[in-house]
Amino acid sequence: MTPTDSEPKGETNLWSEEFPIEAGEESLVTRRQLSKFLVLTSLGMFAGNLWILVQSLMRKMSVYPEQVVANASELAVGEVKLFTYPEPKDICILIRTTADNFVAYSQKCTHLSCPVYYSSKTKNLECPCHQGAFSAQTGDVLYGPPKRPLPKIELERRGDELVATAVKAGLE
Amino acid sequence: MISDYDKNRRRNRQRALTITTFALSLIAILLIVQMWLLTATLEAFLGGDHDASLPGAIISGLIFFSCAAMYLFVLRTERKDKRQ
Repeated sequence: MTPTDSEPKGETNLWSEEFPIEAGEESLVTRRQLSKFLVLTSLGMFAGNLWILVQSLMRKMSVYPEQVVANASELAVGEVKLFTYPEPKDICILIRTTADNFVAYSQKCTHLSCPVYYSSKTKNLECPCHQGAFSAQTGDVLYGPPKRPLPKIELERRGDELVATAVKAGLE
Repeated sequence: MISDYDKNRRRNRQRALTITTFALSLIAILLIVQMWLLTATLEAFLGGDHDASLPGAIISGLIFFSCAAMYLFVLRTERKDKRQ
């Protein structure tokens, strides 16, 4: 008895649709299965875009805490201080570039997250891993593999205290 | 000698195969565009440009639904051909 003998006329079982017994229909099945796989891949990429959207909305709505990061008098011109902001794992670097000017950036290089350091010789923030450099004045990339500027920490001077108020990432 | 039934069947199969191949090619092209879109949106997001994420998600969704619609169309065509 062949499998088709047991089927009622006009109806086909699911197994015979997925695994046809005729060789000519095989190519159709592989194309169909590949289409199904590609549609699922498309769904995965759509989910990725949605994840980016959710993260963007969360970042837009996030409120940064105010935090005293240093006293102005404790740093001489050209000196730096490391602090964490806004989370304890986010290490930032504070630089006194002139007597009146303080700037702070995330210490993570935007290339591969190596910690950048302030070079008093070149007055730039340099990444030792792949020889990238950022301007200490603006955080913009000067040269090397990084493509995005360093996230900048917004600072407010209140008397002698320097207070971090927000993080401005990249093109924001 | 080929009977009319076999001729019909072969012709239907050939038509279904053409439609499936066409849909598969179109899905593959749309997928490449969607992959580029995801990369561009991620790059913009990491660069701090959050305005690109909404249009990125909308276009990506449209591409996904187009792919799904094409896949369903292929399934329906095959079923119709089998019924015939």
